[in-house]
Amino acid sequence: MSTQIVWDEVNEGLEIGPAVRHPTSQQLVKYAGASGDYYQIHYDKDFAQGTGLEDIIIHGALKNAFLGSLVTDWMGPHGNLRKLSCQYRGMDIPGHPITARGVVTSKYENDGEYLVDCEIWLENAEGQRTTPGRATVSIPKNLA
Amino acid sequence: MSTAPAFLSEEMRQQAIGCESEPRTIEVEKGAIVKFAEAIGDDNPVYTDEVAARESRYGGLIAPPTFLRSAVSARPELPFDVPFERLLDGGSEWEYFVPVRPGDRITAVSRIEDLNERNGRIGLMLIYTIVVTYTNQFGQVVATQTSTSIRY
Repeated sequence: MSTQIVWDEVNEGLEIGPAVRHPTSQQLVKYAGASGDYYQIHYDKDFAQGTGLEDIIIHGALKNAFLGSLVTDWMGPHGNLRKLSCQYRGMDIPGHPITARGVVTSKYENDGEYLVDCEIWLENAEGQRTTPGRATVSIPKNLA
Repeated sequence: MSTAPAFLSEEMRQQAIGCESEPRTIEVEKGAIVKFAEAIGDDNPVYTDEVAARESRYGGLIAPPTFLRSAVSARPELPFDVPFERLLDGGSEWEYFVPVRPGDRITAVSRIEDLNERNGRIGLMLIYTIVVTYTNQFGQVVATQTSTSIRY
């Protein structure tokens, strides 16, 4: 179980992660089955190349899920994920590691909730941010 | 820079904005949540371990945040034909309000928020901004998802 992070101890610039993932073509097939997204660009190389892609690509929604896990692992069992967004700027191909990272950009109180905004992203093995995003979580103020 | 649209006239755009899909409802099965958590490689026990989840503040299993992706909404019907077959997902923004649990019946409705045409490196494309609203059997909006998708 992850430990609980508290708002009082979070500051702007605090790093989130990293969490390294090793997506495989098998994982894309599992994700296709679990999500119901059977678009062939995610598991049929001939089909993918026929649409102009160089190879099969990772589902955007799976990358979104990687970022979701980064944030939910970080916020701990008493955190609440309020917002999660990402943009698919670059394609990612299975068989290469992907690293999820983030950084706290602000913390504030609103309506009795202790909120933290984060910038999050996935980067490929070359360090390019293929999937930038943002998240907002509410976490306990302290452990009292 | 303003050029005449190659496909999408302003009138068509205005017809498209606000178009909604038929509602589509799924029943959230525990097995589907477990499979989804495994597929995304997330080992948080609140998704898969009934005992640990019961001891958590949720009091039972919940679904991972992006699980609602599997509650696939129907596409809004446009009042005109679109001559593009290929689809790219540009990204999405989720807002969460209520946890999703096994046994929930989630109804997804998607609505076209905006539609634009652009000529990019993959040629002429239509850029859709679509908001999907997910509502549970109690009438609570559990989440909304605003996504950008590209047809080309």
